Amino acid sequence: MLPLFIRSIKFLVGGAFIFVLGLALYGTVSTWITEPPAETAEEAMHHHPKELHLASDGPLGKFDNQQLQRGFLVFEKVCASCHSLSLVSFRDLQQIGYSEAEVKKIAKDWPVKQPVQDPKAGTWGERDNLPSDRFPKVYYPGTGTPPDLSLITKARHGGAAYVHSLLTGYNEKPSAEALKKFPEFAKTPDGMYFNPYFANLNIAMPPPLTQDDQVTFSDGTRATVDQMAQDVSAFLVWTAEPTMQRRHAAGVAVVLFLLIATGLAYGAYLTVWRGVKH
Amino acid sequence: MSFPWARHYEPKNPLTQWIDSRLPLPRFVYNAVGAGYPVPRNLNYFWNFGVLAGVALVVQIVTGIVLAMHFHSSAAGAFDSINATIMRDVNAGWFLRFAHANGASMFLLVVYIHIFRGLYYGSYKAPREMVWLIGVVIFLLLMATAFMGYVLPWGQMSFWGAQVITGFFSAIPVVGEWIRIWLLGGYAPDDAALNRFFSLHYLLPFVIAGAVILHIWALHIPGSSNPTGVEVKGEQDTVPFHPYYTAKDGFGVGVFLIVFSTLIFFFPDLLGHPDNYIPANPLSTPAHIVPEWYFWPFYAILRAFTADFIIAAKLWGVVAMFGSIILLFFLPWLDSSPVRSANYRPMYRVAFWVLVLDVLVLGYCGGSAATPGIVVLSQICAAYYFAHFLIIVPIISRLERPKPLPNSITEAVLGDKGGSRMTETAVSA
Repeated sequence: MLPLFIRSIKFLVGGAFIFVLGLALYGTVSTWITEPPAETAEEAMHHHPKELHLASDGPLGKFDNQQLQRGFLVFEKVCASCHSLSLVSFRDLQQIGYSEAEVKKIAKDWPVKQPVQDPKAGTWGERDNLPSDRFPKVYYPGTGTPPDLSLITKARHGGAAYVHSLLTGYNEKPSAEALKKFPEFAKTPDGMYFNPYFANLNIAMPPPLTQDDQVTFSDGTRATVDQMAQDVSAFLVWTAEPTMQRRHAAGVAVVLFLLIATGLAYGAYLTVWRGVKH
Repeated sequence: MSFPWARHYEPKNPLTQWIDSRLPLPRFVYNAVGAGYPVPRNLNYFWNFGVLAGVALVVQIVTGIVLAMHFHSSAAGAFDSINATIMRDVNAGWFLRFAHANGASMFLLVVYIHIFRGLYYGSYKAPREMVWLIGVVIFLLLMATAFMGYVLPWGQMSFWGAQVITGFFSAIPVVGEWIRIWLLGGYAPDDAALNRFFSLHYLLPFVIAGAVILHIWALHIPGSSNPTGVEVKGEQDTVPFHPYYTAKDGFGVGVFLIVFSTLIFFFPDLLGHPDNYIPANPLSTPAHIVPEWYFWPFYAILRAFTADFIIAAKLWGVVAMFGSIILLFFLPWLDSSPVRSANYRPMYRVAFWVLVLDVLVLGYCGGSAATPGIVVLSQICAAYYFAHFLIIVPIISRLERPKPLPNSITEAVLGDKGGSRMTETAVSA
């Protein structure tokens, strides 16, 4: 009796797992039939980001410094009043074409100052920003928590395209068909704004880019809402990884080297094995 | 042990003779991975993956040691130390970070191919059971190390991943919750958990390296298996590891590095999750908590158990998830067929490819949101997974009529794949 039990223990264990999975399967299928999952408001109304093409796209993408500078202007004049950019330093701006003197001035004139504590009195004061400082943290007292924007294009599905769509998506209203199913979306709650590109559909951020020429670009580009949204998205691709262009350049050299080295290694392999059937 | 025809290390110059008579380390290396180790001549490219896994381990240790010099293991500082200091300020820090993160994926990828190669060619069978058993231990250590490493950036997925995985222990009846708190050093992941994960994440790779040495030692007792599964009969069946397989592995490592570099330099975030670029926030649960891709099949098995039966559904899921790996320890005794290679096992070969498909579908399910359709698919595939190892393979190994084996490796190499003709002379090409 015992040897038989030991020999068949594998079937018993396997059978137990399959039996429990069978029960679970029965449960899942019967609930699926009796209570089919209802369509959610997100499924009915959420939109995937619109297509956006930037110079930094793709495995060989490069930054377009002129566009990044326009994007920085939009960030400075519009986004920076609520959003932090705490992983980026003022000095990093030199990488997108600002001179050392310009960076010094940008840092000095930045409205939010660096907090400093007096080591003798223990009281807090503030000082002007230096190029070596990171962008100071912004404290926002209103509804919602504006996320830090340093990594935002890496931290959202769709990246820059998502940011661009979100910024330009406030005009899109739910369809009549969707409203019939979800009448609560006919009126957006106070302090919230409908935006079909936002995961929860209602977002606390008021439309930030509301009219053309909200900022003035020094390179003569017309500041339409769409243009400003594109430029700031491009800028936020740069803030998320300022070393991206260097990474691409290094990658080309590394992969070319490896292709040659691997070709040589393949030649060595053929030479060593010549005449040995395998 | 080695075959009697293995070459012997003969130091030529006085210095190497002096070293050899005092500490025969060069002799040890010569016999392990040099000309002193005879290897079947017919190994195909799937036999490159063991060496590739070794290369991946070295890459992870080297990049990891440098990253640890810049990492702050505190809940307040971890995210910034990686995403600001390492990514922006450390020289080539972005390269180290992306190499380490994608290196984990490459490591698991080559290890999975290595494991499935072992399953196809019956590498777990006598006399190589010990090689297989140590291999499963390495796989478990690797998964633990990968999980703890993923927690260190302290992003949203890091935090909630740690929450979910340590939550497994709370499924244990009575003492579960207490064990979870003890493991975390608190009620939720925080400084204590992050610090112990960092400590263990630094320790375990060296434990893995030790287990790898045992793995290779155990392999060198019977010698490497081969695609025919027929044991080595004589000198004509083997070639010395060096220069034959060092040359072939050199090419394999080149291809590995090309794929690896393409990921690092051109698609570094392809295998990551966007949520891990959001700092950990204990008050905001992500919509979908998903582990890294290499855990997806096991995550699907965990989520497939949705029915309470004697014990709670959650406990079934945890037991099944660990069981799905633990049962690999018993595989050498579950498969009693004396034939190793699936090339000569028509029924097992079909079962093998169905298992590959099954695991790929489980992986797909584990990476998707748990809609009823996905759950049903996971339940069917999880049932097949257990059926494969515990029911189908044991039965097949009794019922199956294997195809005739070649008489020797040399005969198979010289063209008689099916094998019935005796090779009179051992032809050494």
